[in-house]
Amino acid sequence: MAQEIRNYTMNFGPQHPAAHGVLRLVLEMDGETIVRADPHVGLLHRGTEKLAESKPFNQSIGYMDRLDYVSMMCNEHAYVRAIENLLGIEAPERAQYIRTMFDEITRILNHLMWVGSNALDLGAMAVFLYAFREREELMDVYEAVSGARMHATYYRPGGVYRDLPDHMSQYRESPWHKGKDLKRLNSWREGSMLDYLDAFTDDFPKKVDEYEELLTGNRIWKQRTVGIGVVSPEQAQAWGMTGAMLRGSGIAWDLRKKQPYAKYAEMDFDIPVGVQGDCYDRYLVRVEEMRQSNRIIKQCVKWLKANPGPVMVENYKVAPPKRAEMKESMEALIHHFKLFTEGYGVPAGETYAAVEAPKGEFGCYLVSDGANKPFRVHLRAPGFAHLSSIDSIVRGHLLADVVAMIGTYDLVFGEVDR
Amino acid sequence: MTDTQKTSLAERLAARFGDTLKISVVRNETTAELAAADLLAVATALRDEPGFRFSELVDLCGVDYLGYGQTEWDTTDVTSTGFSRGVEGDAMGRFDWADRPRDVNRPRRFASVMHLLSIEHNQRLRLRVFCEDDSLPLVPSVCGIWPGVNWFERESFDLYGIIYDGHPDLRRILTDYGFVGHPFRKDFPLIGNVEVRYDPEQKRVVYEPVTSVVPRVLVPRVIRDDADLMQAKAEAADDWRRN
Repeated sequence: MAQEIRNYTMNFGPQHPAAHGVLRLVLEMDGETIVRADPHVGLLHRGTEKLAESKPFNQSIGYMDRLDYVSMMCNEHAYVRAIENLLGIEAPERAQYIRTMFDEITRILNHLMWVGSNALDLGAMAVFLYAFREREELMDVYEAVSGARMHATYYRPGGVYRDLPDHMSQYRESPWHKGKDLKRLNSWREGSMLDYLDAFTDDFPKKVDEYEELLTGNRIWKQRTVGIGVVSPEQAQAWGMTGAMLRGSGIAWDLRKKQPYAKYAEMDFDIPVGVQGDCYDRYLVRVEEMRQSNRIIKQCVKWLKANPGPVMVENYKVAPPKRAEMKESMEALIHHFKLFTEGYGVPAGETYAAVEAPKGEFGCYLVSDGANKPFRVHLRAPGFAHLSSIDSIVRGHLLADVVAMIGTYDLVFGEVDR
Repeated sequence: MTDTQKTSLAERLAARFGDTLKISVVRNETTAELAAADLLAVATALRDEPGFRFSELVDLCGVDYLGYGQTEWDTTDVTSTGFSRGVEGDAMGRFDWADRPRDVNRPRRFASVMHLLSIEHNQRLRLRVFCEDDSLPLVPSVCGIWPGVNWFERESFDLYGIIYDGHPDLRRILTDYGFVGHPFRKDFPLIGNVEVRYDPEQKRVVYEPVTSVVPRVLVPRVIRDDADLMQAKAEAADDWRRN
């Protein structure tokens, strides 16, 4: 007797742990095969762009951290660069090196989060724990420089908020950390933040080897990723893909090389490219990017140790004067007052500033009419463009592969929904 | 390839498209403004012709030019009595839905702005299309040329109410299910129209008019003349026609 089998519709998320936050995916299934995927996004929409239009320029830097909340400083960088473009100012050289260094620290932070959570999605528990070990060390650097572990608000138009600290905070003795253990924890923290980073960069390649040992040759990992979610170079361009999604398909496109900003033109690093354009290649690309970021951090540390200098422009229309100066100079006091009550006017015009964020091209389109608030801010989030292609890519895949695909997009809903 | 290295993008665009495009180059960024009717033909040429090859549409967004250049703080006519220079403006933080500014029919409020990227030539181009009719802002969809623009057009429709003619699936994308209005328009209040709370009696989440917040602006919009001077200087230095 013939039995009629119909397609059925399944809700994936928004509370599913593999949905990376608040993705609701409506899947039309034929058995276990995907016939159509319809993502419903916007559950985390906060209207960041409209909020930015309602307040002075500098007050929105903190919102940028909260967009892609695992690559905080890269988002700030795009926004700050857009403002600097319109103002026609350039950050001092030391600030540029600091930004380059923190962009790469952020890239490692992001890729660690990605490799850990993606492996967790696909059934490998341990990688997550390994990755978070090193994330903790880098978050201490964020904390040392800005006081916050994640939402730093460290970049400012005209430079960075303050110079790098000359000491790292140390662990104190406690019932849990004492003796030899305490000494080990504090062994990198005797000197300045740059010494700490120096020690970290010496150590980190070995840690990447550890992740690779867990995954790269792992049979189950390869079964879940090789040949899954293949994106051809033509498809990648048509769908507006950038970052590792584009490089995984064999196109050597990286804004750090092609349209260098900050100090990337002076850095020595390579751009890894994939061949097949599947999830496994994108995994390899991101792991190699961590090694390359480590190289860049090392070069920045070397330069920063040798070259002290200002980290903020000396233009009091944009940057606040020094506290000590305000005690003596009336002008400085007025500048400070105007800057914090009214902000600064940005010349009328429009600009698009993009950075190579860990997830792809993060851009900021800024329109100013000459006021102290932006007239229009549009934030181009890489994840938004990537996720829009999911329907065309997962059709015909199995349900479990959708999880692999969501993982390989490296989605964070803070930026997709804005 | 040699052709693209010798001449600037602006010159090549002007040579190929003539009066169809209104081209400006400021700070090394090329912007081309064009009519909605020409968009599809120009976009196809920009993607396919070897001199352009804009294979990626990186970004598309709507812009609402209502209130562009309006200030809330008078910086030229300052009286000796002091506070009278504070001007009440139409900024979206100042009104709720009932008091929204309505005498808004200035020509061509809405624009759709696209950022193209040519990976082959390592070049960017900004296209701006103004919508002719404010009450029914209409722009042709470029979904058929760059499929990745699908969601960007949906977002622009959702937030600005710009209708992309020919879009295969023009649904709202970011706002709530059943949302009314286009929240990023300049005459949409910052506090919104409805708020939600859990009603213990009905045992469900209910939507109600906003009462928990009132419109307010902490820092007024100020446009000072020195900003204009800086702009004039920057543009004079960068104008591609004169240099």
